[in-house]
This record gives sequence, structure tokens and C-alpha cells, in this order.
Amino acid sequence: MTVLDHRPTAPVPPWLPDASGPRTDPAPLLPDTSPVRVLGTPALAKYDPELLRDLYRRLVVGRRYNQQATTLTKQGRLAVYPSSTGQEACEVAAAAVLGADDWLFPSYRDTLAVVGRGVDPLAALTLLRGSAHTGYDPRATRTAPLCTPLATQAPHAVGLAHAARLRGEPVVALAMLGDGGTSEGDFHEALNFAAVLNAPVVFLVQNNGYAISVPLTKQSAAPSLAHKAVGYGMPGRLVDGNDVVAVHAVLAEAMDRARSGGGPTLVEALTYRLEAHTNADDATRYRVGEEVEAWRAHDPLVLMERHLREADLLDDATVARAAEEAEAVAATMRAEFHAEPELDPLSLFRHVYAEPTPQLMEQAEQLAAELAAEQAGAGA
Amino acid sequence: MTTEQGVRTSSMAQALNAALRDEMRADPAVHLLGEDVGTLGGVFRITDGLAAEFGADRCLDTPLAEAGILGTAIGMAMYGLRPVVEMQFDAFAYPAMEQLVSHVAKMRNRTAGGLGLPITVRVPYGGGIGGVEHHSDSSEAYYTATPGLHVVTPATVSDAYGLLRASIASDDPVIFLEPKRLYWSKDELDTTAPSEPIGRAVLRRAGRSAVLITYGPSLPVCLEAAEAARAEGWDLAVLDLRSLVPFDDATVCEVVRSVGRAVVVHEASGFGGVGAEIAARVSERCFHHLAAPVLRVTGFDIPYPPPMLEHHHLPGVDRILDAVAKLQWED
Repeated sequence: MTVLDHRPTAPVPPWLPDASGPRTDPAPLLPDTSPVRVLGTPALAKYDPELLRDLYRRLVVGRRYNQQATTLTKQGRLAVYPSSTGQEACEVAAAAVLGADDWLFPSYRDTLAVVGRGVDPLAALTLLRGSAHTGYDPRATRTAPLCTPLATQAPHAVGLAHAARLRGEPVVALAMLGDGGTSEGDFHEALNFAAVLNAPVVFLVQNNGYAISVPLTKQSAAPSLAHKAVGYGMPGRLVDGNDVVAVHAVLAEAMDRARSGGGPTLVEALTYRLEAHTNADDATRYRVGEEVEAWRAHDPLVLMERHLREADLLDDATVARAAEEAEAVAATMRAEFHAEPELDPLSLFRHVYAEPTPQLMEQAEQLAAELAAEQAGAGA
Repeated sequence: MTTEQGVRTSSMAQALNAALRDEMRADPAVHLLGEDVGTLGGVFRITDGLAAEFGADRCLDTPLAEAGILGTAIGMAMYGLRPVVEMQFDAFAYPAMEQLVSHVAKMRNRTAGGLGLPITVRVPYGGGIGGVEHHSDSSEAYYTATPGLHVVTPATVSDAYGLLRASIASDDPVIFLEPKRLYWSKDELDTTAPSEPIGRAVLRRAGRSAVLITYGPSLPVCLEAAEAARAEGWDLAVLDLRSLVPFDDATVCEVVRSVGRAVVVHEASGFGGVGAEIAARVSERCFHHLAAPVLRVTGFDIPYPPPMLEHHHLPGVDRILDAVAKLQWED
């Protein structure tokens, strides 16, 4: 005998609410079983050629940025870099879809999206360089700090979007997460709060197949991560995360929906991390070369260039200009990282509180004395 | 319901309610959120009537999820609001610890001053009300060990009002610990009187024999012990810390140096507790003024006991007097 055998056969009395019935019709919320694609389909013709060329340019620059940052880790100039090589379509589309007043809530792998918002590459990398936690002004750039704890930035996005809506301001918050992050409690609480508050927020899950070494099959038994939206009463969307036009389109639709009062959306982008989790990780221990090679054939940059050329939307001059811009960005990064960062030890005490406590002021004096003694010793 | 300005008799719960109401009237950016804070007015009625006066958006009943509540408050603060969060009971705040430690406490530092979070987290704490398990924890040591947070706890009706208003007005996050068993204590409250700021300890009773250093729910117990000690010929001072972070070293040291003997009293477990920190600080700063080691009277190092046994755990007058008796009086 199972629990199911206890279901009442007689009609439920009218005073007892029908708890088994959904309060929201799940059918419209259910994602398509196959991911949305635009490249290689007739839908491509609907898009503004200028937007397409801009997305292409951003992909080229983004790939070069990832390569240069990875090289900087090998040279010891960056402490660590979680590369988004292979995931540039998600990073580029996330940055491109946001308006100036919208807010981005990135995870630690989303430096490229932060740079796409207009943040200086060096400022975006201070956390990973180890010279400062956040090198840019979050308020001025409307970009939250890169978040290292998993999914904890998602409720922040909900709260900010909720506050903006209370003020009647048309701001949307975009929270970026990985597939591993969807297992965290904060992810579930954020989705639930967002749906209950009808907050103008979009959750973008970059499902790159692995949480460090643990594959998705060990992360979730759901048919897709987009399905998780249904239980909270919000739409879920599945998109080819290597098709930059599709990611842009799906995110733009979710942003419009949020901005017009329609509430939150969960977007799952199917993509792949071509590099290891970070430079400290050996990806050959948990995945086979054939899998990586298969995804290389589905590289977001290769796809974009091939399909735009086929549609006669990309010429050699545009390709050359994008390559030049990418090299210029890489050269700037090399030059900036060649110089040693200027560090002020006493800044340690500066932003712990709005007003430092007496205890911190004592400790600042102690460090100042240690520094003075060091300097005197060096001078002697 | 309206708040009368001026002097009246008030319970601590009513004083907290008045503080929330007056801050919400003074600043439209102040928003309350938590489980049951709206229609019900909170399980201890601290938010009673506020949803009716300020609306469901400013006194928000949230889903039951503490990390979500605090995480949402962080985003609201990032957008310029001043959220006041209610964590229904001390031990119910633990699911929000990651948001508290990794984000609330660190956001100003992580962003080089770019994003301060003026959030007040109200935590009803401590035992002595017959609560079953998970309803009586004294969790202050977790908070005081986290740089970036202010930690305050009122012991009087006036401080409940004054410290809560100061906490909400503070640009830094404040953990506001409300001693549950003092919710129903009553006193005169003058809402127009200026109150001592956050970070200052107050001498509640002068004395020449020894000083009891305490805070929150243990203050009335210490005052009672000081009264009882007169029969032994001891004249005890009682110092109410009010604020654990920032810590008022200056006042504590001034009193200890003048008296020469000190006992720290709190109901949280002793090992790794706030009392250990205070004893160490006093020993480092006042060693040559001390006639005896600094002693601690605390709860035992056990999970909070079942309510029918809690009186054995909580420091009472006798345990405090036993400690005072150990302070080597024959000098």
C-alpha cells in the first residue's frame, strides 16, 4: 500500500480547499524541452545586423580577454582566474542586454560580463589579482561585487529589484549563477522570494556541465534546471548557451517581462567550460577529451562567425577590426599588470565600519608603528 | 494607535514598538521585514500595528526563510532603503549566518566603502521564559566574533527605545539583541530624552568592593545580587555594557581600576564567550590595579537545557555571590 492509495475517492468536501490543485497553471511555465536557438535558423533574419555585429565583436574581445587573463595566471600576475572560455556567449549577452540603470549580480566566473558593463578590465580583476576585493564602484557601475559564495548574491538581486519596484523605478536585476549554485539553499529562497514579491529580476544559470568536478547528473535529478522555475510559479526558459543571439533574445524577453511588471524568470543556458574550473584544477581527472572536443565544435565564437558569414552579415573588415580591438585590450591588460599594484597597508582599517571602533583605531596605530619601524630599519 | 511623546510607563516590548514606529515616521526609507511581522504584529508583538499604519510594503510579511529574508534586506539596503529584519528567535537566525557573515558584515569592506549596509537585525535572545529547545540560545559570541557588525543589547526600557532608534539610524549593520525575558519589564520611558550612544557602557550602580560587568538579561540579576551583597558587607558596582561591539574599554577600565575587583556575568556559555574577551582585556589593561583575578559567572558549556532545568544553567544571585566571595577580601 502506498500513499497514493490514500487519495480520497469521494469528492472533497466544499469547505476543504483542494490542496492538490496547482495555484498556477504549470503548462505555460514549463520550458521547451529543446533549447532555444537562433543561429542557423530563419529567425536570424529578424535581428538588427548592427546588434549581431556588436555581439560578434564582443565575443571576439571576450575570448581574447579570457586567454590573456589565463596567461596572466601562468605568469603569476593574477592569483587565480576562473575562465569563462567557451561560455562567452552568456557573458556577452548578459552584459549587452542590461540597460544603464539595471543591476548585474555576477558570480566569481563572470568577470567578462562585468567588463562588458563598461568596467575597466584591471578594476574588474583586483579580486582575482589579490590586490583589493572589489576594484570598481558598485553604485556607479550598477554592478555588485563578484560573489564567491555560491548563489548568495541571488537574494540580493531580489531585494534590490523589489526596492526599485517599490520606488516605481524601471530597474531590472540580473543574477548570474552556475549549475552548482542551483543546489544551494539561497538559490531556492531567492526564487521563492522573487516569485512571491513579483520582483523584476532575471536569474541566468550558466549550466556548463560541472561544479568543479561534479557533473550535472550528480547535481540535480530534475529534467532540466529550467524546470525548477515551475515549482516557484515563474517561467523557466532553456536556451543554447553557445548561441549568443539566442541567449540575448531569451534574456531580453525576460528583462522586458520583468520591467513591465510580469515578475521573475529563470533562464538556463546550456554551455560548456572549455578550460578547467580555475588554473588550480586538473580537468582531465573528471572529463574525457572526446567530450571537450565535441563542445569545441560548438564553440560560441565559431558558431557566430560561421552563421553570420553564411547570412552575409559579416565581412572581412569587421572581423579584422574586432581582432584589432581584442589585441588592444590584451595589450592594455599586459601593460597594467606589468606594474606592481600600489597598496596602502593602513587601508585595511578604512572600510570595516562607517566610523572605526576604538579597537580598530588602536590596531591601526599598531600597524603604523610597525611600518615606521620597518622603514627606519630599512633606512639604517 | 498613536505614539505619545514624553514620559509614560512602558514595557520593553512597547518601547521597542515605539522606537520602530518613530523611526518609520521619521524616515520613509525604514522598512521592516520578517516572518509574521505584518498582520500578526510579531510573535512578541514588537511590530504590532505597524503594518496598519505604514502598509504591507513597509512592514512586510515574508516567506519563512531566514537567509532569504536577510539576503533580500541586503539588496534593499543596496538600493537605499534601511531594512529592519526580525529573526523570530535566536536559534532561528542560524540559517541566515552565511548572509550575515559573508555579506552583511563585509560588504562595506569588500567594496572599499562603496556599499555600506544600514541593516538592523533584531534577534530576541536568551532564556528564562520556559521556551523549549531552539528558543533560548544566547548567540552573541557568534556575532561579536564577526568584524563589520555592531552588536548591542538593551537591558532597560529606555535603552530599548534609544538603542533601537540609534541602531536603525546607524550607517553600519547592527545586531540588536533583545533579551526576551525582559520584554515585559516595565519602567518610565521618556521618548524625548537623549540617550547614551552606541558604544558606551553605563554604570547602573556605584560601589567600592567589586564591579559586576554585565549586559542584557543578566543586568537585573546583577542588581539583585548587589542588593543581596550588602548583607555580607560588600558594596558592589554594576556596569551595563549596552554595546558589545564597539566595546567601551575606557569606561570598563576606569571602573575596574577604581574598584580593583571584577566579575563578568552573562548567561551564554563561558568557553570562548564574551566574558572571556572582557576578562582578557581587563587583565591586559588593568593588571596592576587588580587585587584578584577577573572571574566569570556564565551559563554552563552545554546546549541550552530543557525549560524545567534551565534555572540550574542560568547564572542567578547565589552563583554571582559565590564568585564575589572568591575575590580574596583580606587585603
